[in-house]
Amino acid sequence: MTRTVKRAPMLELKNVHARAGDAVILKGIDLTVRAGEVHAVMGPNGSGKSTLANVLAGRPSVEVTEGQVLFDGTDLTTLAPEQRALEGIFLAFQYPVEIPGVSNTYFLKAALNARRVHRGDQELDAMEFLELVREKMKLVEMEEKFMSRSVNEGFSGGEKKRNEILQMAILEPRLSILDETDSGLDIDALRIVASGVNALRGPERSMLVITHYQRLLDYIVPDFVHVLAEGRIVRSGGKELAQELEKKGYGWLEVEPKTLGAVAR
Amino acid sequence: MADSQNAALEQLARQEYKYGFVTDIESESVAPGLDEGVVRLISAKKGEPEWLLEWRLRALRRFLEMLEKHAEPTWANVQYPSIDYQKIIYYSAPKPREQVDSLDEIDPELLRTYEKLGISLSEQKRLSGVAVDAVFDSVSVATTFKDELEKQGIIFCSFSEAVQRHPDLVRKYLGSVVPYADNFFACLNSAVFSDGSFAYIPKGVRCPMELSTYFRINSAGTGQFERTLLIADEGAYVSYLEGCTAPMRDENQLHAAVVELIALDDAEIKYSTVQNWYPGNDEGVGGIYNFVTKRGACRGRRSKIAWTQVETGSAITWKYPSCILQGDDSIGEFYSVAMTNKRQQADTGTKMIHVGKNTKSTIISKGISAGRGQQSYRGLVRIGPKAENARNYSQCDSLLLGDQCGAHTFPYLEVKNASATVEHEATTSKIGEDQLFYCMQRGISEEDAISMIVNGFCKQVLRELPMEFAVEAQNLLGVSLEGSVG
Repeated sequence: MTRTVKRAPMLELKNVHARAGDAVILKGIDLTVRAGEVHAVMGPNGSGKSTLANVLAGRPSVEVTEGQVLFDGTDLTTLAPEQRALEGIFLAFQYPVEIPGVSNTYFLKAALNARRVHRGDQELDAMEFLELVREKMKLVEMEEKFMSRSVNEGFSGGEKKRNEILQMAILEPRLSILDETDSGLDIDALRIVASGVNALRGPERSMLVITHYQRLLDYIVPDFVHVLAEGRIVRSGGKELAQELEKKGYGWLEVEPKTLGAVAR
Repeated sequence: MADSQNAALEQLARQEYKYGFVTDIESESVAPGLDEGVVRLISAKKGEPEWLLEWRLRALRRFLEMLEKHAEPTWANVQYPSIDYQKIIYYSAPKPREQVDSLDEIDPELLRTYEKLGISLSEQKRLSGVAVDAVFDSVSVATTFKDELEKQGIIFCSFSEAVQRHPDLVRKYLGSVVPYADNFFACLNSAVFSDGSFAYIPKGVRCPMELSTYFRINSAGTGQFERTLLIADEGAYVSYLEGCTAPMRDENQLHAAVVELIALDDAEIKYSTVQNWYPGNDEGVGGIYNFVTKRGACRGRRSKIAWTQVETGSAITWKYPSCILQGDDSIGEFYSVAMTNKRQQADTGTKMIHVGKNTKSTIISKGISAGRGQQSYRGLVRIGPKAENARNYSQCDSLLLGDQCGAHTFPYLEVKNASATVEHEATTSKIGEDQLFYCMQRGISEEDAISMIVNGFCKQVLRELPMEFAVEAQNLLGVSLEGSVG
């Protein structure tokens, strides 16, 4: 966990407060993610996990009221959602949205080419794109017929989540945020999704895996685990923290808020 | 959200109406006003036979009666100041107006106008496989590919020419689908129409290319009153396209056209429109009043008529392309995308009149409202007492962008035969913040995301359009989404 040479942080959150509408959800988050690291963020319902994901992706309904969100040292809050995406931030949605009449292929090709153009690469033509998609679909065991269907329309819960991971595999983001990707998945789908995610791990890629349950972390083994409660990180540790939580439940953390607050620092 | 979305839409808005230029060309116009003299003059200029003049005069008398009784229709869900019909110029034509036999004789300024609009009238640089009839203000200025079509017995020419060269066909079918007294605007058109397109596809012939008419209003103060008559004889097939633009002017201009389609046994007509008349400015000043009567008669057994329209222009649209399903087993289809933005108003839909047995109709209507646009779908499905086993399926979807626009649906059903099956589905949705955010999170710009979602919404209709038009229509939908969401 400790490294001899610390690399510059990819993502840094300093005392981040955020609200959604009138409700203050995040109340001072500190978090540092370096390249190659996988961090898990756990916490009970309503603890602010999804708000954290939305702060990073730039959902317009979530407002950062205090603190700093830095990505490669740049203040993320000044960037529009699509600019963040182009810089390499990817959010695998908890509830992927349906877009009727827009084929999966068309959507994904537009997304990939927007990124390629941003990086100064040439756009892929239809054939090159198809080849890439075929290769990546194997990762998540998706059938090709999915590509001609409208984005997420009529997909089962599991298919939607696999589609998210497929998009992630094709876009090759530097920072992936998985927002409760395990919710609503049966064990087979969970395994497929996890192996897709693991295939994308690498020294230049970082991940923030948000989950309610420890189960997902049996498959995607994190370097760090953080526990979120009432808008604060109340505890951080290694992967064993997740197992401890599984045994004792979140209630265990709420007994001694003062001490736990100290731990978070 | 609202702010950034506004910014993206405003960026789109900066893509001005591209076709708003005025061609500086000498034209010959009559003085404003409507009376028997004007009608006689139009008829004389065209060298029309007596029967046609009589028909026009009957229409004029009927129209003047209606005018006196203030019978201008008011049931549509649109609002506009009353029109002074005596202030409109009823005839305007580019000079010289002799019959032109080749493109070399056309005023080069006119050719340039069409080039600017992306319509090439020179056959060398043609759009592959599309024959074009160009109507400038009131008259047809050029028809391409006439000779090639004639080899197969297909007649495709201006309406005036058809009156001269094929008077029997014109006399037999003119007014047979839309009688001169059908409605207020059709009646006005019948009195003063100056030109339009005519096509006849003979028995068993499949028209080898798309036939197309391109309408352009240029002169100020003029109305455009064209008439299109299309006949598909037994077993014939034709696909027909229609496009329209007009200069930006701060007055309203009236466009009251009539289109009549006739399909005999086993014939099929596909009629596609991309309507992009000048919509007026942000405050609702100027723009075309598009009051059009379009109707097709499936006279023959197993005949089929399909209307596809993409309506993005005009200050006001009042238009109900309809099908009368007379022949047994005949089929009527209506696919429509209508977009209203700024202060545009549209009241559009269709009528499917089932007369024959086993007749089938499909209605797919997609309405998009943005800005302060108001949009109404109005559709009638009538199943007559003898229409055994008639079937209709209607789907009307509305998409709202912003909170100052409106979408309304007025479906009318009249079923007089118990064996009929009629289905109607309607949805209204707002363009989702979630959908936009999802696209943007994948790196797609807000502008592209809106255009993608809108095009996806319209897909069922757009895929019915011929290739050349589909691309134009998609672009148009993007451009027409001008600064709207608040």
